[in-house]
Amino acid sequence: MAVDIPDRLPPATSVGVLGWVRRNLLCPWYNALLSAATAFLIAKAAAPFWNWAVTNATITLDPAVAKRHTGAAWGFIREMWPVFMTGIYPAEERWRPLLALCAVLAVAGLTCVRRLRGAGWLRALWLTTPVLVFACIRGGGITGLPEVGTHYWGGLMLTLLLSVVAMVAAFPVSVLLALGRTSDMPVARPFCVAYIELVRGVPLITILFMASVVLPLFLPSDLDLDKVLRAMAGITMFFSAYLAENIRGGLQGLSRGQYEAADALGMGYWTKMRVVILPQALRIVIPPMVNNFIGILKDTSLVGIVGLVDLLQVAFATTSNPKWFGRLAEAYTFIAFWYWVLCYGLSGCSRYLERRIPSAGK
Amino acid sequence: MLGGFLWLAASMYRNTLENLRTRGIGSGFGFLRSEAGFRIGEVTGLPLPQGGFLYFLLSLAAGLLLSRLVARRLAPGRGGPLPGKGLAACLALSVGLPLLVLYAFRHSVEIVRYSESSSYLVALATGLANTFKVAALGCAGSTVLGLLVALGRLSPNWLLGTLCRWYVELNRNLPVLLQLFFWYFIVLRGLPGVAQSIDLGGWLVLNNRGLFLPALVPREGAWLFCGAVAAALCGVWVVLRRSRRMWEETGRPGRRALPGALLLLGLPALAWLAGGTPFSLDFPVLQGFNYKGGTGLTPEFTALVVGLTVYISAFNAEIIRAGIESVSRGQREAARALAMNERQVMRVVILPQAMRVIVPPLTSEYLAVVKNSSLAVGIGYPDFVSVGGTILNQSGQAVEIVGIWMGVFLCISLCISFCMNVYNARIALVER
Amino acid sequence: MHASENAPSAAATTGSTASSDTSVPSAPSAAGDRDVIIDIRGLNKWYGQFHVLKDITLQVRRREKVVVCGPSGSGKSTLIRTINRLEEHQEGTITVDGTQLTDDIRHIERIRREVGMVFQQFNLFPHMTILENVVAGPVHVRGMPRGQAEELARAYLSRVGIGEQAAKFPGQLSGGQQQRVAIARALAMQPKVMLFDEPTSALDPEMIKEVLDVMRELAEQGMTMICVTHEMGFAREVADTMIFMDKGQIVEYAPAQEFFTAPREERCRAFLDQILNH
Repeated sequence: MAVDIPDRLPPATSVGVLGWVRRNLLCPWYNALLSAATAFLIAKAAAPFWNWAVTNATITLDPAVAKRHTGAAWGFIREMWPVFMTGIYPAEERWRPLLALCAVLAVAGLTCVRRLRGAGWLRALWLTTPVLVFACIRGGGITGLPEVGTHYWGGLMLTLLLSVVAMVAAFPVSVLLALGRTSDMPVARPFCVAYIELVRGVPLITILFMASVVLPLFLPSDLDLDKVLRAMAGITMFFSAYLAENIRGGLQGLSRGQYEAADALGMGYWTKMRVVILPQALRIVIPPMVNNFIGILKDTSLVGIVGLVDLLQVAFATTSNPKWFGRLAEAYTFIAFWYWVLCYGLSGCSRYLERRIPSAGK
Repeated sequence: MLGGFLWLAASMYRNTLENLRTRGIGSGFGFLRSEAGFRIGEVTGLPLPQGGFLYFLLSLAAGLLLSRLVARRLAPGRGGPLPGKGLAACLALSVGLPLLVLYAFRHSVEIVRYSESSSYLVALATGLANTFKVAALGCAGSTVLGLLVALGRLSPNWLLGTLCRWYVELNRNLPVLLQLFFWYFIVLRGLPGVAQSIDLGGWLVLNNRGLFLPALVPREGAWLFCGAVAAALCGVWVVLRRSRRMWEETGRPGRRALPGALLLLGLPALAWLAGGTPFSLDFPVLQGFNYKGGTGLTPEFTALVVGLTVYISAFNAEIIRAGIESVSRGQREAARALAMNERQVMRVVILPQAMRVIVPPLTSEYLAVVKNSSLAVGIGYPDFVSVGGTILNQSGQAVEIVGIWMGVFLCISLCISFCMNVYNARIALVER
Repeated sequence: MHASENAPSAAATTGSTASSDTSVPSAPSAAGDRDVIIDIRGLNKWYGQFHVLKDITLQVRRREKVVVCGPSGSGKSTLIRTINRLEEHQEGTITVDGTQLTDDIRHIERIRREVGMVFQQFNLFPHMTILENVVAGPVHVRGMPRGQAEELARAYLSRVGIGEQAAKFPGQLSGGQQQRVAIARALAMQPKVMLFDEPTSALDPEMIKEVLDVMRELAEQGMTMICVTHEMGFAREVADTMIFMDKGQIVEYAPAQEFFTAPREERCRAFLDQILNH
């Protein structure tokens, strides 16, 4: 009778830290060369940045002291960070955006509690939050708060508002566009195809210019849209086309059987879409939609070109302050940090959802 | 629904007419003929074909048609390499003839350079040429850089792989406009001034006014020299073809290195001797407050090209990596089991399959380069959109300018997607 | 120290059983024997910390047909994949036709030229026609003129019964046909040994026979073959030697006759029962 040979451990050179280093960095010989070259490159690039950002940097609030250091003056960020967050929003009213943010986070947090999901009051809360946030930030009217017009909005707040509003507004439009493009209606289909292809073929900046200079011409002269609303309209127009293409992908990703089963039950077009097709299709396209949102978030930085002061443009506004004149590098580092954290976090979220949501229709 | 739609369109039209009237703006494209009057920082010459250019087009069409006939005649059916004489005839007809005609009528192509007294139309065309210049460089650069980063990520070296991964993560999660601002305001503005320029022996001068390189100035021998180089390249192509044919027929490749090198070095050298120095180098020299002569790349141009290249290269790297990884392990193993070496595995098995996955998203990245080059307006490079913006501000013809923008970009994107569809149809895998 | 390393005369052994075993079949002598084409000694392989192949010692003579069976995860595929270095091993030596398998790429390529392999998933190149698939090896690796290679390829394709389909693409063929093309592709390299890695496992039942017929014919013509398969009917008919593997070691090594009539190992008997009587 054969006896089982007991498991042994592999030779020491192939496992553990040593084996890992050997395999991944040193063997064969050109790999070692490559490692050395890469390490040199990293050191060469990282060292000046480290020196600037940490070694030679100061956090003093006194610009005169900061001038004596060769590195970054983080005191500038320390003093100016509320401006980066809200732009020229009046300082004494800054608690209002903060309150709005807290409210949104609280509702989002409640949604994360599994037990509460699907509760009616939570849905109602979600529907009322945007109105509350708008009322809270803008004030005026029945709220009794002093009114802060949209031309005072700016910074990260404006960036987030623009992208969230664009996403929320673009969603229904894009569902209609996607349905139109996949249907065989005589007028709607060519119109949807033309709209989607036109918008996807041109740069966002031309759409923004259109929204800011051409759109007012189309509207009755007594209706005056302000700059922020026009930018929102432009971004919404732009992204509804991209979103529509994603949703179309979801609609086409469903198996024919789903359509046929719904038809077999005698459902009409709208019932079929509302009850059977869209719930499944929209579920599949959640991860690409998150990626789309990342795109919106990055591209809202273009509104600076048509005169809004978003997170990116705050850099110019704050560094033209004579006290901290020309501290662009610090400003851009701070802004880049925010964009990067938001976008990277969202893309991690999209990857997580991609793993969790099984592709339906199988 | 349709009725509501029509009513909306009609009311928009009415509003527009009324608004235009109250603002005193005329409509129509007539304004394009009026004098521009503003300065454009970077002017690209526009080749404007005149009457003789027609002959070139005619000869090109005729040459292509004739060579096709010849090819049909000599190698009936598809496939089968052309015999040497037929090939020479085809080359002469389709390449040589049009080139000769172009040379004969070379004075018929007029180079128009924008000046302040030029029309809006020329200004827009100059902007478009600038856009194309940036886009071409951006596409090429981002592909090369993306390929390198993708190879780095695929390498078994952990350190290099991690570096490349973070390169990608950093670049694609930051807005491109932020990156352009970084290159323009931080890197290029941070360079030393003119007096303390970084100077590599006159060959490369870098300061905060831009990048200066020596320029090639053509002399009398230039035409002959260029012809010789073109002929040498054709010759090398013929040599490689012959070598390949011999390899397929006898299993041993024909001579490649020696005849190739002789052609490549010998012909241009002969042309040099016969026609005299073909080009002279014009070095940039410090005159007064700035460098004169040579080829100067403005900081705006440099920042735009570098910024776009770096931004898009992160996306391209991911596309290329995903494409190469999409080829299954089994394919690689099958090729290795046939004793192919790693180069052959890549060339014969992996790349042809990966290209099908890579090319479609890569073309949409190229389209993104063209579209993103419009961010030039943010750093003041006179591209198509930014020149258009200036005209819009001056003339107030908003509807027309936006219409021109959209039309031109739509044409470009339709051209690119048309090319891609043709390519896709050609390479689609045959399945049951 | 294991017995196998002291007893190179045993054709195949698994550690402790070797010395006590007297019924080892037709023991070929030492490695120097010209008749031995594949010589594996003291082979050990790990995936990370996991010990997949344990002290494998095995010799295959020219024209011998070896069938390897065993439960899934027993390391049988891994074993034949180490022979042409699709998997790297950590300990022991593998010698194929006098060439020792080392890290040296020239040795690896020399061995791969002599060893043909057929995969479970066919692994035909989908972007090439059937003919191009078969021609690829001889042209790119052996440097054969294309005309001659195509002639050879057509000969092999008609031998496996796919002569008329040469201009089609792999996607247009059925699984059985694809696997036969894969066999022709491996044969076109004119290898001395053929490795089959579960060649019929991915096929529909009605296609298994056509592939097995081709393999049977190949065996009759005297090809040296190592075959990982669960097709016991085929094994009984064709195999000279049977190997049963479990948990990374060779549990039973016997002439086919003896293996099927009187398996010595309990595990092996249970496995055969399971496979033959379901």
